[in-house]
Amino acid sequence: MIQVEGLEFAYGEGDFRLRVPALNVPEGENTAFIGPSGSGKTTLLNLIAGISVPAAGSIRTHGVEVTGLSDSARRSFRISNVGLVFQEFELLEYLTVQDNILLPFRINPSLRLDREVRERAVELASQVGIQDKLSRNPHRLSQGERQRVAVCRALLPQPGLLLADEPTGNLDPLNKDRVLDILFQQVEATGTTLVAVTHDHELLPRFERVVDFKSFEAVPSPTGQDEDARTTGPSEASERLPSGRVARPDQDRGP
Amino acid sequence: MQSFYLAWRYLAYHRLKTAILVTAVTLIVYLPVGLRVLVDQSSEQLTARADATPLLVGARGSPLELVLNSLYFGSDVPAQTRYAAVAEIRESGLALPIPLYTRFNARGYPIVGSSLEYLAFRELRVEQGRSLAMLGECLVGARVAAALGVGPGDYVISSPESVFDLAGVYPLRMRVAGVLGFSDSPDDDAIFVDLKTAWVIAGLGHGHQDLSQPEAVGQVLSREGNEVVANASVQQFNEVTEGNIDSFHFHGDLSDYPLTAVVVVPPDERASALLQGRYQSDEQAVQIVRPREVMDELLGTILTVQKFVVAGAVIVGGATLASVILVFLLSLRLRARERQTLFKIGGSRASVGLIMGSEILAVLIIGVVSAGVLTMLTSRFASAAIRALIGL
Repeated sequence: MIQVEGLEFAYGEGDFRLRVPALNVPEGENTAFIGPSGSGKTTLLNLIAGISVPAAGSIRTHGVEVTGLSDSARRSFRISNVGLVFQEFELLEYLTVQDNILLPFRINPSLRLDREVRERAVELASQVGIQDKLSRNPHRLSQGERQRVAVCRALLPQPGLLLADEPTGNLDPLNKDRVLDILFQQVEATGTTLVAVTHDHELLPRFERVVDFKSFEAVPSPTGQDEDARTTGPSEASERLPSGRVARPDQDRGP
Repeated sequence: MQSFYLAWRYLAYHRLKTAILVTAVTLIVYLPVGLRVLVDQSSEQLTARADATPLLVGARGSPLELVLNSLYFGSDVPAQTRYAAVAEIRESGLALPIPLYTRFNARGYPIVGSSLEYLAFRELRVEQGRSLAMLGECLVGARVAAALGVGPGDYVISSPESVFDLAGVYPLRMRVAGVLGFSDSPDDDAIFVDLKTAWVIAGLGHGHQDLSQPEAVGQVLSREGNEVVANASVQQFNEVTEGNIDSFHFHGDLSDYPLTAVVVVPPDERASALLQGRYQSDEQAVQIVRPREVMDELLGTILTVQKFVVAGAVIVGGATLASVILVFLLSLRLRARERQTLFKIGGSRASVGLIMGSEILAVLIIGVVSAGVLTMLTSRFASAAIRALIGL
């Protein structure tokens, strides 16, 4: 599903650098990215989604070389193939729940809004228990309900990949479990690949694989330069931290 | 289309902000345009009525007051001239004189005392009932009939000039003989009576019980030849009927009776020039004016005022426009996160731009359309508005 090779990225300002020599996420697998703030988890999600563009390396998603696409093509690819769930939900206050769920079909002509899509939106809302709130605006929903709307919005285009950036970060324990249940049920039912960033280690047992950005360690290269690190699992990822050292995850974590 | 839907949802959700922006845009467009239409249309109407009235003769005083009173039956009552002015013009053979006496009103509508020649001159036709045939009758304009709900056979009562005017002007109950057709002119808002009826309202003519009859002997104080002096118990009639019309009479010389103006209709420019020449002397108690010239002077003043108002409107409009632009820019900044979300989800550049642009576009379109509607309304009611503005 996701193949990352020789990825290098740096923001225009500051000394942050991200380097991922190799990372593979098989289709249908649930993967968690964990690590301290600023370690590049969200950056990697953005790169995988095609929101950001790496300085070097390649990212293949669904067999498509995302880094080789134009901005317009990346947007169209993203809206059709990648669902995004954010910590702050990012719902539009002026739209009803139904319109928020249908939003991807209104903002890019590559998706066509028809009756079948509308019916699927209602069905999704029904599956996550918000079918009676379709005409409400987000400010009249609880936090948990808002995130369920966001999940529906991400899943409506039936993407092959769902990227969730701390999807339960703003939820109380009860809603956290509820949203995660929904998220896992939906990705399992549709065969969607899930990659989620989380700080909550209690949730990790629910993922099939965990990539811990914190456990990276520096490995000097034979030429004296930093060397890419390798995970012990099937994926390979490394990160060049702000200090300049290169770290390697010592092991995969997972159920 | 989807982008317009989202823009519409945004505007509908932020109703108050939208309403304020639309109002601002509406005012920016409407103030100068509406004012221009108001002045243009009013000028047209005012000059049309003035053009249709070749000359006016009246007592010396304010020409504007004379014109406004004679053409629109509004404004203050000008200084009064004598009925003799009519005879003088008629005897000159240079023009047709049409007397006007527009001093009184009934329920707020001016009573115009004149002759049937006035109706012919203004091409007014009687749409319901018949024309004036008897003292004490009236013809009502189309808007008066509609507003008061009166028609042939109904009555209107003249209003006293002042509630404290116990000595002179008593209300006269006038029978409506007919209703004039709509003419889209001040004549629609007037009540027309014969000149003598107007003088009866003024108290210059009256009818009372016959003092020559034996039953009136108790009210007669003295009798010397034709001069009879009676006490205050003599019954005066406040309505002219077939039964009492013969008792109505006028005292004194009719040529001294008052008029507010004489509409003068010369057959040609030569006669007009000759007539005007006769009234050039400053020693004369009367003046002759060309209504068009007087109205042009008034419009010149209005246009000067308009320039100041438009200049003010442009300044206010500029400031408002700057505020609107600021609001739009702030709105775009406030929606930066929304744009970022749409971008992250995969919104196309064109769609996201269209959503944001549609908000501005919709506000501008609604504002301009509203200004257009207001301008149309202004155009529709321009004449009434300008008459209200200049106190007619």
